[in-house]
Amino acid sequence: MSAAPILSVKSVYKNFGGLQALQDLSLDVLPGQVCGLIGPNGAGKTTVFNLITGVYPCSQGSIQFGDVELTRLKPYQIVRRGVARTFQTIRLFQNLTTWEHVLVGQNVPARSSREGIFSAGGSQKKNLKEEAERILNLLGLWEVRSWKASNLPYGTQRKVEMARALATRPRLLLLDEPAAGLNIQETADLQKTLHKIREMGFTLLVIEHDMRVIMGVCDFIFVLNFGQKIAEGAPGQIRANEQVIEAYLGRET
Amino acid sequence: MSSYYSDLFSAMGINILLALSVYCPLATGQLSIGNAGFMAIGAYVSAMLTVHLHLPLFPALIIGGTFAGVIGLLVGFPALRIKGIFLAMVTLAFGEIVRNFFMNFLTSLTGGAYGFRGIGNVPVSLLWIWGAVAFFLVFFFFLAPSRLGLCMIATHDDDTVGELMGINVVYLKVGSFGLGAFIAGVAGGLYAHYYLYIEPEFFNVWQSIHMVLYLIMGGMLTFWGAALGAGIFTFLPEMLRFLHDWRGAFFGIIIIGLMIARPAGLLTREILRVDFWFPGQKGAKF
Repeated sequence: MSAAPILSVKSVYKNFGGLQALQDLSLDVLPGQVCGLIGPNGAGKTTVFNLITGVYPCSQGSIQFGDVELTRLKPYQIVRRGVARTFQTIRLFQNLTTWEHVLVGQNVPARSSREGIFSAGGSQKKNLKEEAERILNLLGLWEVRSWKASNLPYGTQRKVEMARALATRPRLLLLDEPAAGLNIQETADLQKTLHKIREMGFTLLVIEHDMRVIMGVCDFIFVLNFGQKIAEGAPGQIRANEQVIEAYLGRET
Repeated sequence: MSSYYSDLFSAMGINILLALSVYCPLATGQLSIGNAGFMAIGAYVSAMLTVHLHLPLFPALIIGGTFAGVIGLLVGFPALRIKGIFLAMVTLAFGEIVRNFFMNFLTSLTGGAYGFRGIGNVPVSLLWIWGAVAFFLVFFFFLAPSRLGLCMIATHDDDTVGELMGINVVYLKVGSFGLGAFIAGVAGGLYAHYYLYIEPEFFNVWQSIHMVLYLIMGGMLTFWGAALGAGIFTFLPEMLRFLHDWRGAFFGIIIIGLMIARPAGLLTREILRVDFWFPGQKGAKF
């Protein structure tokens, strides 16, 4: 198949002073795919997310989202184009409830209509409210919607992050280690949620260390090591790839 | 109403406005301890307009407030790059610049260090002050629960993530800083035309710190908290007059006690929610 990629990272370089965090990195994510981004600690995975979402500028190269060149846009403009993300270390708004997190995320769809910035009015308001309810139900957050999100258990906080990101109506969702710190039960739960999200037609790019999650949900996997892509392919190919095994386990001597 | 109570209530109204002027930028995470500077700009500009140009009160107040607001926007842009205690220091320095400006410049118009006399053309009554209070309370009543209000709190909590959720943090922060300066300017104009006398020394750092204390007492992230804190702060010292020499000390003890009992202030966002009082109705209020 040769659908146009929804996200196309083209030979991107990123230097932090003398440190080359990323070298000549290229990735293509096709619409509707769930892609994994894996690699040992310090490989530059989160840096990729930070470049895509505009937290850092690229040192070189270009990132295209559909027809839009992302490298010249500011983070809030990139979100409004349809790229949302979660964070490796949970970063929720301390003073807001679960429901309010979704409302904040919805500032993106609310803005794109004529109803203005204060509050959406009329049918738009109703639609957004229904959508917020759907998102909370999807992630099983309905019961805790009026809780202050910072008081929720860790696993649930991760879901609030996903709810907030989904509320922006992303076409591409970047998840940074969604399973980190989750127990077995929560991880199984997360896998189900990821399947549900992909069935809804979202395109996902997932950083994850938990191989069960990655192998379980991804269509395609990119492997980074020391800022370079060392392999890409379907989960089966990656599992058998010598270089990947070496990067993770070291060389047999 | 006796002049004592009239003065007390006017001070309370102006203090509520000043508390709101600090609340507004603080709701996006910007602590300003220079709002006495914006208050001074509003006070001096509006007083010069009514005294020297014989403008009516209302346009003078609006122009004074707008002047302060525009300066606020100009201060707000460089203030974007700094946070927390550093921003507080910059705003403090700004307030001092304004105070020194009115001390040493335009003295033929404002009397400089001798004070600005003869503001009696168009005195304001309590009604003006409380009219302004009512206007801004209604304004925040609609702003705070709106999506924009929530985005302000989100920016307060984490501006990086706020921007990654599609909030234009620059507009929001600079705008709220400017709006806060506008409110402080209006409060300054009302102050000048109620007391009919202003001097640069009045708009010193202590004024700015008082404004922040109102919020610390009342609750930093709710406009009701700002209003309540200003109200208590104005009234309580008067209520404690029977303590004579111990009044100041006792007042300090009350502040410390409050900080221990309710470190986030009296009115937090939680306490204002319906389900705080009626836990059965989870999420009754959105």
